[in-house]
Amino acid sequence: MAGKTLYDKLWDAHLVTEREDGSALIYIDRQIIHEVTSPQAFEGLRLAGRKPWRTGASVATIDHNVPTTPFKSAAEIVDQTSRIQVQTLQDNTREFGITEFGIGDVRQGIVHVMAPEQGAVLPGMTVVCGDSHTSTNGALACLAHGIGTSEVEHVLATQTLVAKKMNNMRVSVEGDLSPAVTAKDVVLHIIGIIGTAGGNGYAIEFAGSAIRGLSLEGRMTICNMAIEAGARAGMVAVDQTTIDYVEGRPFAPKGEDWDKAVDYWRTLVSDADAEFDAEVNIDAADIRPQVSWGTSPEMVVPVDAMLPDPQAESDEVKRSGMQRAYEYMGLKPGIPVTDIKVDRVFIGSCTNSRIEDLRAAAEVAKGRKKADSVKQVLVVPGSGLVKQQAEKEGLDKVFIEAGFEWREPGCSMCLAMNPDRLEAGEHCASTSNRNFEGRQGNGGRTHLVSPAMAAAAAVAGHFVDIRELDQA
Amino acid sequence: MEKFIRQEGLVAPLDRANVDTDQIIPKQFLKSIKRTGFGPNLFDEWRYLDEGFPGQDSSQRPKNEDFVLNQPRYQGASILLTRRNFGCGSSREHAPWALMDFGFKAIIAPSFADIFYNNCFKNGLLPIVLSEDNVEALFKAVEGKEGFRITIDLEQQQVIPESGEPLAFEIDEFRKHCLLNGLDEIGLTLNEAETIRAYEARRAEREPWIFQ
Repeated sequence: MAGKTLYDKLWDAHLVTEREDGSALIYIDRQIIHEVTSPQAFEGLRLAGRKPWRTGASVATIDHNVPTTPFKSAAEIVDQTSRIQVQTLQDNTREFGITEFGIGDVRQGIVHVMAPEQGAVLPGMTVVCGDSHTSTNGALACLAHGIGTSEVEHVLATQTLVAKKMNNMRVSVEGDLSPAVTAKDVVLHIIGIIGTAGGNGYAIEFAGSAIRGLSLEGRMTICNMAIEAGARAGMVAVDQTTIDYVEGRPFAPKGEDWDKAVDYWRTLVSDADAEFDAEVNIDAADIRPQVSWGTSPEMVVPVDAMLPDPQAESDEVKRSGMQRAYEYMGLKPGIPVTDIKVDRVFIGSCTNSRIEDLRAAAEVAKGRKKADSVKQVLVVPGSGLVKQQAEKEGLDKVFIEAGFEWREPGCSMCLAMNPDRLEAGEHCASTSNRNFEGRQGNGGRTHLVSPAMAAAAAVAGHFVDIRELDQA
Repeated sequence: MEKFIRQEGLVAPLDRANVDTDQIIPKQFLKSIKRTGFGPNLFDEWRYLDEGFPGQDSSQRPKNEDFVLNQPRYQGASILLTRRNFGCGSSREHAPWALMDFGFKAIIAPSFADIFYNNCFKNGLLPIVLSEDNVEALFKAVEGKEGFRITIDLEQQQVIPESGEPLAFEIDEFRKHCLLNGLDEIGLTLNEAETIRAYEARRAEREPWIFQ
């Protein structure tokens, strides 16, 4: 019999019961809650007269709606509907006895930055949140994926989820990454290869020497975008990097429990003889800094390439999608990526707003200035703690001196639910995860890049190969 | 949840692949704390020429007459026919809520994104996977005849076009059972509360830190 994959092990460890009809109940160790996808779930509980199964399993924060300019209470949020959601989360968490890192709490931040930072996500856990980028947390060798609001309610009420086992996919990136290539470039390259539906029905394990060589934060960037390849869950096996990351965090086990936990966590790797339903092998040496050009994350090219020709695409459905994307983006096939001018730059989001991301952007910004043609460069740390750390290192000053804006934590311009947004027709170099039509503002045009590439575009006024910044 | 047994209705064709949930219901409408009222803003950026915001009267807004759902021949459609990977992106359940609030009861496509697919069933909206060839044939049939209707028989797992052969589709037994009977999934799960507690006790022994 073949061995087990990491996903098989996580699934088996959380299986409560299998039903005759093939569905299963899996136990959920941790639920992360935010203001946008939870109000209807709490309302459902109230209407049915139900209580949360285990309040300690949930941890909440506000991120999608919050302004990134300083504010002290919900009453200061100008947008009425945003204010109601923020207030509603506060009321619901109080009523049901759930921990919330709310306004003014230094731990407040983007759900998928806050939770691992607190050690609220641990190896071997099942983690869900009403947010598709919950896959981020799989970097800690846990089974983490997004769910809908009905499921948020189901998990609150029963601590379980009705689930069907996914298939196993392994994406292996072997070899050494070139120095200018970051985790973001790796995952964009992967999505370019397997496509936005390539991972449908799969849990993806990211493996190989290039992945093992990444920091835990880099692995989060990779797993974050598993959903952009269609896979609800992405994960990376436990190694010393995982253990070192978790040690000492507020929610992490201590003392004897810690030793016991580490012994268990070290088993959270795919067995050598495990079989995967699909395997993708990538040579790290092939990966160059990436820029998305279209309206789907799979529409991505290396920065030193020309924009692709739809006529060369044999699949009719894909070809018409590319043509529509060119129309929306106001771009033409055959032009060099470096000819695309940017109007705004956004450095932030659950993909790239951790301290290492800010350091990478600051390294490029240091001693340089934002191009005059660029209207705005937003730098939005992922949490209050990331912001604090960045300020300790003086990164805020580097950004401000370069003409960038240093903001308060939140999701911000990744999805423009708060006041940070693009105007119609504007091109944005963005470290976020989705370049869908209108995502960053009605009519806005998003280009997905790494933090260093975003900072370089801010300085040059157009996309530039980070390896050639000073010649640009 | 309302039962889904058999549904007969007009078909609207949305000829695009990779329709993401940001398109189905744009972010500014996610600020509602209710499950209803999203219908007027379904596909907001494609349906209207101006930018929509919550709370406005959408009937007064300038419409994009070219968009399929604005065409007179598709008024009253309850079945959406579309292309591969429908519902990709954000996990927002506001997407199925908006589709249902608009009046759709079923969606037919060659494939769906996982989270969206799952969310549909929680609300009595039936996503049906047919082959690329069958979907293509349905697109031709719908475009070829104004008022083209389809019957969906969940019990028999068949899509029955008004002309042509019935097309079989697959569906998970548990989901089918819940839809046919309009069952409350939480109530069903709570029937197994003892099993869940027994599981917790086993886990707590092995991994006590999970329960601290």
